[in-house]
Amino acid sequence: MTFPALNPLLPGEASGPVLQLSAPLSFWGGVDPASGRIIQVRHPECGRTIGGAILCLPATIGSSSSSAVLLELIRLGIAPAALVMGTPDAILMIGCLVAREMGWASPPAFALDPAGQARLPDAARIDPRGHVSPLS
Amino acid sequence: MSLALTPEETRLLAGDQGEGMALAMRIITETARLMGAARLVPVVSAHIDGALYHGDSGTLFAEHLVRLGAKLAIPTTLNVGALDLACGAKTRLPPHQHDMAYRMMRAYEAMGCAPTWTCAPYQAGHRPALGSDVAWGESNAVAFCNSVLGARTNRYGDFLDICCAMTARAPYYGLHIPENRRAVFALDCSGLSPALRNSDVFWPVIGTLFGQRAGTDIGVVIGLEGCATEDRLKAFGAAAASAGAVGLFHILGATPEAPDLATVTGGESIPVVPVNAAMLNAARAGLSTTGETAIDAVAIGSPHCSAEELLELDRLIAGRRLARPFYACTGRHAVAELEAAGRRRALEAAGVTLVADTCVVVTPILDGVKGVLMTNSGKFAHYAPGNTGYAVQYGAMAECVESAVSGRLVREERLWS
Repeated sequence: MTFPALNPLLPGEASGPVLQLSAPLSFWGGVDPASGRIIQVRHPECGRTIGGAILCLPATIGSSSSSAVLLELIRLGIAPAALVMGTPDAILMIGCLVAREMGWASPPAFALDPAGQARLPDAARIDPRGHVSPLS
Repeated sequence: MSLALTPEETRLLAGDQGEGMALAMRIITETARLMGAARLVPVVSAHIDGALYHGDSGTLFAEHLVRLGAKLAIPTTLNVGALDLACGAKTRLPPHQHDMAYRMMRAYEAMGCAPTWTCAPYQAGHRPALGSDVAWGESNAVAFCNSVLGARTNRYGDFLDICCAMTARAPYYGLHIPENRRAVFALDCSGLSPALRNSDVFWPVIGTLFGQRAGTDIGVVIGLEGCATEDRLKAFGAAAASAGAVGLFHILGATPEAPDLATVTGGESIPVVPVNAAMLNAARAGLSTTGETAIDAVAIGSPHCSAEELLELDRLIAGRRLARPFYACTGRHAVAELEAAGRRRALEAAGVTLVADTCVVVTPILDGVKGVLMTNSGKFAHYAPGNTGYAVQYGAMAECVESAVSGRLVREERLWS
């Protein structure tokens, strides 16, 4: 079985369960910065926790404070293991860039279209070049 | 595409103007590379969304910038903080969080940001010129700035905004480029009743529908000629930017880049979706999350109420006493106008809590009671359930007032049928 290759935006390694969001999410107002739980009541994955997951986002919407929520998750060590975005989203990646400036370990980010996201295994390892292998 | 920097930009990046400036340039140039920008663009003003406390990380970053000697290169206003420093509305932040939120607000002021503390800076005198490039954060402010003022900004996330204010530069991509500002779809409202189109309560609903349809696309709404006011456009943009990733919208005949269909589409043929009552009612129903008719509190003012909206609230209350907590979120600029009009005391005597510099959905001000919150804001309706734990009922400002007087949901359905 071959898996789609991801386009590295902020390269790095990651492994963890793959969490596919089935609708766009605003981190601000959508994710609790203290726990990493999805709190937007209208979101299909409301109640799930994004910490440690390879988080697949078809698209991001809403608040420009999403970068701040991601930064706080990173500082607390409860950020996703990796961000996989349908289209590169500047707002989220700024959270990663600022974390780097502050000396906090920040997750890698990759681009992959939603159809490709759907073909990822349930748990995966991603290497810095964006190659995916299943995690058993 | 590789990023080309001017000799001056290269020197800033190398630290010629200090480490603070170098840090800001690193974040801007890295973002530019990630977004495929070929160069940076000079910007003439900034609006900072990054001063709202979400956890200690933001405070630590702001204080890091202050320590590195950060100074601003362009006029810059501040969006809301987590504390009301102007009207003294009490927040229930625990002591540590309260202290960190306060330090964060002071750090941004120390860098030279104007202490406007409002999500409606465009009603507090910050109105960049048509066609000018700026760097604004906060989703409603961005939408208004692009759409109603016709200045050009991307949706600058927290922290990139302050970097742009320090360097007077932003990555040149997205909505800075004129060709990317054209509408690629249209919503046609001409089949809706004139009474509906001319009511305030319609605008957050059509904004929500627009945002759901748009995602990141740019669209134009037709059939609203002569119906738009500044506060209605403000309400539309806030709702659209909550439901979608809307940084720019066009309203034919009302917003400056949409004088006619050929101009706003660049002459391209685009799909036109007629808006009918069923679509509108679905969007409106989605703004409420409960069927409960007992109302526990009311909140208005997202985006922050203008002075006109506060005076309208005063007229609608008409000297009565409100039976439920009623929060009117606004900026210190509007509070000053309300005071000048001699109506602040009457409004507060009726039971209205003025909340300035912040709002009830971004910081804990509402009582711990997790009941039903009524609002006339599409943005509050979208975010309040997740951020406050309250269920929401959406309605017009007049309906919010009547519901607060009686404690039960009062809503006029006739307009929507």
